[in-house]
Amino acid sequence: MSAAPDHTPTFAQISLSERIGKAAPLLLVPVMVALGFLAIGSPSSWLTLTVSGLAMGMMIFIMASGLTLVFGLMDVINFGHGAFISVGAFVGISVLLVLGSWTGAPSLALNVAAVMLAVIAAMIITGALGWAFERVIVRPVYGAHLKQILVTVGGLIVIEQMIHVIWGPDEIFLTRPETLKGAFTFAGAAIEKYRLLAVVFGLVLFVAMRLVFKRTKIGLIVRAGVQNGEMVQALGYRLRLVFIGVFIAGSALAGLGGVMWGLYQEVITAGMGEEMMILVFIVVIIGGLGSVEGAFIGALLVGLLQNYIAFLEPKLALVSNIALMTAVLMWRPQGMMPVVKAK
Amino acid sequence: MSDPILTLSGVQTDIAQYHILQGVDLTVPRGGVTMLLGRNGVGKTTTLRTIIGHWQARAGTITFDGQDITAMPTPARARAGIGFVPEDMGIFSDLTVEENMILAAASGPLDSARLDWIFSVFPPLKTFWRAAAGNLSGGQKQMLSIARAMAEDRALYLIDEPTKGLAPAIISTMAGALRDLKNQGASILLVEQNFSVAKALGDTVAVMEDGRINWTGQMAELANDAALQERLMGLSMEAH
Repeated sequence: MSAAPDHTPTFAQISLSERIGKAAPLLLVPVMVALGFLAIGSPSSWLTLTVSGLAMGMMIFIMASGLTLVFGLMDVINFGHGAFISVGAFVGISVLLVLGSWTGAPSLALNVAAVMLAVIAAMIITGALGWAFERVIVRPVYGAHLKQILVTVGGLIVIEQMIHVIWGPDEIFLTRPETLKGAFTFAGAAIEKYRLLAVVFGLVLFVAMRLVFKRTKIGLIVRAGVQNGEMVQALGYRLRLVFIGVFIAGSALAGLGGVMWGLYQEVITAGMGEEMMILVFIVVIIGGLGSVEGAFIGALLVGLLQNYIAFLEPKLALVSNIALMTAVLMWRPQGMMPVVKAK
Repeated sequence: MSDPILTLSGVQTDIAQYHILQGVDLTVPRGGVTMLLGRNGVGKTTTLRTIIGHWQARAGTITFDGQDITAMPTPARARAGIGFVPEDMGIFSDLTVEENMILAAASGPLDSARLDWIFSVFPPLKTFWRAAAGNLSGGQKQMLSIARAMAEDRALYLIDEPTKGLAPAIISTMAGALRDLKNQGASILLVEQNFSVAKALGDTVAVMEDGRINWTGQMAELANDAALQERLMGLSMEAH
C-alpha cells in the first residue's frame, strides 16, 4: 500500500459571517420571545401567550414535519396532507368517544392511556391511508408539480367528502379528558394543562426524530436522500422503499397532529386539515425544504407570532404569518435551513 | 484471458431528445484499469451513468460478471458489486465524513481493517472524521468520494474524472489510491482527462467519439504513438 501523502490537511476557509449566518435561525425563537416580552409588558400575560404560542407551534410542527420530508425527499407537493390531519382527528376522537369512561375518569393514567390509544389508532389509519394515497394518487405524477397540485387537491376533496359520508356533515364538539381540562397558575399566569402537554409531546417528538435521523442508518439514508437521491441509490439503497416509508410516516404524523389539534380546539370538522395547510406550508417554506430542524423553528415562530399579534393587534393576526414568511424569504430565499434547494 | 467483468454491446442512451450513446461496444477486463478517453461531450460520463443505471439504456445489453443487468435498477447494480464515483463527487455535504462512510458500507458495519487502509491512503479523512463533509476542501471531498467507493470490496469501480480541478499534490494522492486499488486486484473503468495520470494507471484503453467506441487497445500502445493520439483525440499526450 502507498505511504500517506505529505501534506497538512486543512478545512476550506469558512468566514465568520458564514458561521454566524448558519447559527442565526437558532436565535430567532429566543429573539421572538424577548421581543414579545418587551411588546406585551405584563409578565403574566406574556407567559400565558408564550406557552400558548409554543403549544400551537409544537402541534403545527407535528403536522408539518411529515410534509417537509415528503417535499424535500420526494419533491412532491402534497396538498392532500391536510386530509390526513382531518382523518387523524376523526379517528382519534372516535376512539376517545368510545373510551368515554376512561376520559371521564379523574385519573391521569386512564386519561393519558385513552389519548395514547386514540393517537395510535389515528396514526395507523392515516399511515395506511398515506400508503394508498402514494400508490394510487401520487406515484403517477412524480416529477410533475402542476399535476401533483391538481391531483392531490382532488384527493383532499374526495377524502373530506368521505369523512362527511362516514361521520356526517356536522362538526363534532368534544371535551378534553378530565385531568387535562382547565389551567393552573404559575407566576401569576394561567397556563392550560393541555397546552403544556402539547409542548411536552412536541418536544419529545422532535427529540425522537432528531435521534432517528442522527443515530440510525435509516435516518442517515433519509437525510442523504433529501440531498442526493441518485447517489444514495448508487450506494445500493432502494430509495423507492424509503420514499414509501417516509410518506407513510409523514401521513401518520399528520394524523397525530390532527388528534392533538382536535383536542386543542375541542371541535373537529372535515375541513380542519385543509384550513391548517396554509400554516403548515408556511412552516415548511420558511424552515427550508426537507429540514426537520427548520420546520421546528418555523413552527415555533408561527405559533408565537400568531399569539403575540392576536393579543397586541387582533386585526393583524391573520396577516402576521404571511408577513413572517415574506420577511424570512427576503432574508433567506431558500428558507432558514434548506436541505434541498427549491427548484 | 479470463471472462470480462463488464461488457457493453450496442448500448444506446437518450437524454431527453438527445441521442447521446449511439451503440457503445465496450469490454472491461477482470482486474486492472481500463481508461475511457475522448474529447469533451463524446459520451464518457453518460456511459458510466448508463452502466450504474442512472440513465436507462434504450437499446443494447450490459453484462456484468456474467449477468445481464440492462434492466436492473441502480441499487441492485450497486449491490451486485459496482462502485460509482460520479464527476460531481456526490458528497452528502450535510452529513459528516463518518456518516458518509457509514452509508457507503451498505451491506453492514464498516470493516475496521479496510478503514485503516482508507485512512492510510487519505489521512485527511481521519483528521476530519467528525466534520461536515460540506466543509471539506475540493480535494478532500474527492478523497471522500473515492473512499466511499472503497468502503466495501467491489468487483468493479466506475470512476469519473477523479483529478478534475485538483492541485498536483492531491492528484498524486488520488493516483496513489487508485494504484493501491488496482494492486489489490480491482477492476476499474476510469474516465480521466489528465493524460499523465491515465498513462500511469491505465492498462487498456477505449477511446470514444460521437457516442461510440472508436478505438480500443493497450495503454502502452496509445501512449507511445503520438500520431494515433492526434487522430483519436485531436491532441498529443506528450503535450500534457
